[in-house]
Order: sequence, then structure tokens, then C-alpha cells
Amino acid sequence: MQNIIFLIFRRMRAPLLALILTYAIAVLGLVLIPGQDADGNPWRMDFFHAFYFVSFMASTIGFGEIPFEFTNAQRLWVTFSIFFTVVVWLYSIGTLLTLFQDPTFQRALTERRFTAQIRRIRDRFYLICGYGETGSALIRALTDRDQHAVAIDIRQDRVNLLKLENLRQYVPALCADVRMPIHLMEAGLKHSLCSGVVALTDSNDANLKVAITAKLLHPDITVICRADSHDIEANMASFGTDYIIDPFDTFAVHLATALQAPCLNLLQEWLTGREESELRDPIYPPSDGLWVICGYGRFGKAVYDQLRKEGLELVIVEAEPEKTGLPKEHCVTGRGTEAETLQKADIQRAVGLIAGTDHDANNLSIIMTARKLNPDLFVIMRQNRQDNDAIIEALHADMVMHSSAIVANRIRVLLGTPMLHEFLQLVLYQDDEWACELVSRILALVTSHAPDIWEVAFSEETSHAVCQSVLEGKAVRLRDVVTDPRNRSKLLQCIPLMMLRNNERVLLPEMDEMLHRNDRILFCGSHSAANRMEWTLQNEHALSYILTGEARPQGLLWRWLKRKEKA
Amino acid sequence: MNPEKVLFGFFIVLALTLNFGFFVGELDNPDHHHVYELFAVIVVNLVATVLKFGDRTQMGAVLLATSLVALLQLFAAALVWTVAEQIATTGLTPVVTASIVSLSGGAMLANVVSVVLLVIETVMLRR
Repeated sequence: MQNIIFLIFRRMRAPLLALILTYAIAVLGLVLIPGQDADGNPWRMDFFHAFYFVSFMASTIGFGEIPFEFTNAQRLWVTFSIFFTVVVWLYSIGTLLTLFQDPTFQRALTERRFTAQIRRIRDRFYLICGYGETGSALIRALTDRDQHAVAIDIRQDRVNLLKLENLRQYVPALCADVRMPIHLMEAGLKHSLCSGVVALTDSNDANLKVAITAKLLHPDITVICRADSHDIEANMASFGTDYIIDPFDTFAVHLATALQAPCLNLLQEWLTGREESELRDPIYPPSDGLWVICGYGRFGKAVYDQLRKEGLELVIVEAEPEKTGLPKEHCVTGRGTEAETLQKADIQRAVGLIAGTDHDANNLSIIMTARKLNPDLFVIMRQNRQDNDAIIEALHADMVMHSSAIVANRIRVLLGTPMLHEFLQLVLYQDDEWACELVSRILALVTSHAPDIWEVAFSEETSHAVCQSVLEGKAVRLRDVVTDPRNRSKLLQCIPLMMLRNNERVLLPEMDEMLHRNDRILFCGSHSAANRMEWTLQNEHALSYILTGEARPQGLLWRWLKRKEKA
Repeated sequence: MNPEKVLFGFFIVLALTLNFGFFVGELDNPDHHHVYELFAVIVVNLVATVLKFGDRTQMGAVLLATSLVALLQLFAAALVWTVAEQIATTGLTPVVTASIVSLSGGAMLANVVSVVLLVIETVMLRR
């Protein structure tokens, strides 16, 4: 606010001075020039009348000559005065109007409005830096789960895009450079309800700067960063960035899991899939034979390292080996888009192909050429731009690695369902059979769409009925919570995945498990199951029906009658 | 030498000197206080106020405040004069003159503060 007032004052100085001077001259002239009254007696205008006359003359309202008709000398003076006062008025108003259209002024206004919006936020929110592909996917996912977000991006067109987006929650957005701490503070970094900062810009440096600013200015919030070089990751980790997400490493680990344990991989995919997304079939990447990796950039290196750990035979195809460096093993120089290079890389003998350059058209071309030479290849395609969705879908690659989607998905799980994140970490220690069994159980619950994931905290606020019963000393078991409140002989279509009690995690808790207060349970299942479970959790009558099988009399009168009956 | 500072100092000091010129004389004698002088004081004070706009320093803020006080006092004086001459048509009786002049005296005090601050700032600058 201060800024704006000062800006107006400073800019209006010259016009105001001009106004004062012209008024003073015009008034003084009128006072000095002799006139006459109605009877022709000499008369001098006083300051009061002169000021009054000049005031309406300058704004060209014009009430006529007052209090008496002017003499010719006065008229001459007024003729001059009209012109210079009107010009000065126009000049002043013009300056004021230019000031309002001035980009600096507009920017000051926008920032002010934005900070006011942030100050008014009354719910927990996440600060998302960078509204690119990842940012937009993340914000959509967060707002769909009724969480709040604030966005900053350096490009105005992206901010405009956000305003056009039809989101469930209002997302305040500012066009600013996140590398400046002041902008982060404007966006609510120091706000007590800011529960996390997510840095998703294209530039590693900017993400690093955001992370360090957030850690210094608001040390106890979660900081999540995207990074795609190991240097930067180490740097971010050194000052305690909570989660660092490298899309290439994430995918490489994902691929390694798919190679070793296809069910585990499928389980991860299904549980982290967006709500209502189609369930995909399991993939079985061939785990012995030759793999061809085209492109030895950041992605190529990450995949190479992982696959080598799996003991696979690998060939690298790289167009500019002097830039990227090459591993000791078998390498071919070339782009891989032409048959010759691929043949040199033994594509006929290969079982898998990874098109991992940073150019979508080249990747498509590599895959199409390779498929002509060897139609049975297992194909992994790196997608760099979201706009290419349609053509990439038409290609039917076995796996697609899209960095933005990977990062957005990871963060969505982290922020939206933190328990699911813990669950997935624990699941990695289980064997594939365990995962296969769980996958088939999930498949029995849902039809063709990804299951809903929800967390239940047994606290007074979120599950009133259960807490009340536990307080009264009644035993409530996990089985009771997953019973259908409309028919207690049936169970709801859901699976308790994990229970969290006093920092102890239990995978797939038993149905006979007794519930305590402050337990937290992660469920997956159909959407209707989540809704019905809400009934049991909050409504005492629904819970008591499940526990006893009787519909309890609800009103005072009926309760009294019932008691009489018993007696 | 900074021409902006020259203009600034000029108007602030001029506001004080003109104000003093109007104020000096017998308190309730209208012959000692001319209307043109009051007009000049008001105009110069207005200019001095506008010149103080947009200075973000603490000194600038206090200077602006003193100017605003002076203006308020002077406007009150002008208003009293106008009411006496034009509306109540009592003319400049000793009572009216005394109140006009004492109002301008208040404005002069504010202008003195202004000038003192200006001098302090100049001394502290040491350049």
C-alpha cells in the first residue's frame, strides 16, 4: 500500500505544482484587475470570489460572470486564464491516467491484491513454485482432493492459463520470479498455515533457491523439490530438503521393480493412479537378453545404472558421445533414428529398446524404425512434451516415461495421502507373491478403474461414533468398520492396507484387530465403500446396528418405552 | 550543487519568511496585515508541501507533516477572513483580525520547525 501512495505522490508532483501555480496566477490576476459593480462604481474582486470563479472556470463548467459583469480588462485576463488552466488540468488528469496504466503501478496493485488474498487464507495450503506441466497436474490433483494451493510462475501466460482452468478451489497465482525471497513471502511462505513448499520449475537453480529460502525462513514446513542432477540433489539434501524427486531415477527404479517383481510394480501403479483412471494390464519387461538404450543423457544414465545392477546386457546408442561421456561397455555412435545405427547395435537380437533422447520426434522415429527391424521388441519411450500425448498413445509403447507426470504423481501421493507413500515404501520389502495376492484382491473389489484410496484417523473429529464407543468401553474391531452399515452380514468393498498406531506400522492389519483412539488406517476400495464407511464412523446408530444387529430406538420416548418393556 | 535541493530549500524558507511578514505587526490591527501577503503565504506553502511529496525517509515524512499543519492553519485563517468579510459581513474587527493573525502565527511555528529540520538535515549530511 505504502508503495502505491508514494508512487502516486512522486508522479503527481509536477502536475500538482503546475496546478497550484496556474491557479495562483489566475486568482491574483482577477484580484489585481479593477472592475466595476452593477452601478458602474469601481470595484475590486476579492480573493474569495476570485478563487470561486477560477475554480469553476478551470474545470470549464462556466457559471457566467459573477458577482458583477466583467470589464473588458477582466475578460481579457479570463480569456488567457481559461486556456492555461484547462491545459494544466488536462495535463494533470493525463498524468494520473498514465500512472494507472503504468506497468509498474499495475504490478504494484496486483502484488498488493495478491498479498491481501494470501493473508485472508484460513485453511492449510501448499505453495507451488512453477506452474508448468507438473505444476498444473499437481494443482489439479490437490484441488480435486479439496486441498488448497498457491501458485507462482515466472511467466504471465502460464498464470493466465491457471485463471482459466476450471478448478474446484480458488488458487491465487502470481507472476513473479521465485528466486527472489520477497515473492515467496508475498505468496505466504511465512504464513502460519503454509504447510509445504513445492519447487517444480524447469531450472534446478531456481528449485535449489526456493528450497534454501523455505528452509531458512520457515524451517518446520515440508519442502519438496524436483531435481534432475545428482549434484543438485546432494546440495538440496545437505540442508534438509524433505523430499527430492528426480524423475529419471524414479522411473529407473520403477523399471527395475517391473523387471524383478511385475506384481509389485502393478500394485504401485494401481494405487498411485489418479482416481477413475483405467487400470492397466501388468507389464513383463524381458529380464534376460539384450537391451538397447538410445540416448545417454540424464535419463539414459539413470536407466543404464539400474539395468546394469539387474545384470542385463546393454548397448548404448548416443549421437554426441563427446558431450555425454560413454560407459565402458558396448556403445554405438549415432542417433538411432536410422536403421544402420540400430543394426550396428544388434537390434535384431535385442529384446528391449529404450528411446530416451530429449526429443520426442526422434524417440518416435527410433521406435518405429526399430519395430520394422524387430517387431517383438519391448519398447520404452521417453515423452518430453505433454502436447505429444496423442501420437505417443497411437504408438502403443509398452512403457512411457513422462517426467512431469512422474513428478506430479509422486508429489500428489506425498501431499494427498502421506500414508500411501509410507505404505509403498514398506511394500518394497515384500516379495512379489505377496503383491500378486494383493493385486488379485484389489481386482475383485473394483471393475476397470483405479481404486479410491482414503485414510481414516480415529479421532473425535473424523470418526465420532467409533471414538464414542471406544470411550464407553465397547470393543470395536476393524471388521466392524468395514461392515456394510445397511446390511451387517456383508462387508464393504474395501481392503485395509496399513494401520498406524504409535508410530508402528502394520501392513494388511487383521480383521479382528481392536481399534484404539488415534489409530490411523489406510484403505483402498470402491468409491461407494468410502462413502458408506463414513456413515459407520460418524453415526452412532449405524455403528450400534453393526455392533449389536439391532436398530436402537432413537427418540427419548422410544427409549423409555423400550426400557419399560425390558423391565 | 543539486538544483532540486535549491528549489526545495528556497520554497521552505520562503514559506517561513512570507509567513513571518504577514504575522508581524499589531495583533488586532487589520492595517498591519495585508490580504495579498496571506495569499502569497498560502500559495508558497502549497508549493512547498507538494515538493515534499514522495520522500520516503523519516525526515521527509516529518517535513511533510509540518507542512500539512501549516496549510491547515493557513486555510483556517483564510476561511475566517472569508466568513468575516463575505458571509457575516462584520468586516475586519479587532477580534477577527486577532484570530486570523494568531492562526497564521501557528502556521509560522510549523514553518519554523520545517526550516529547523531542513537545517539539521543539511548539517548531518556533511557533504
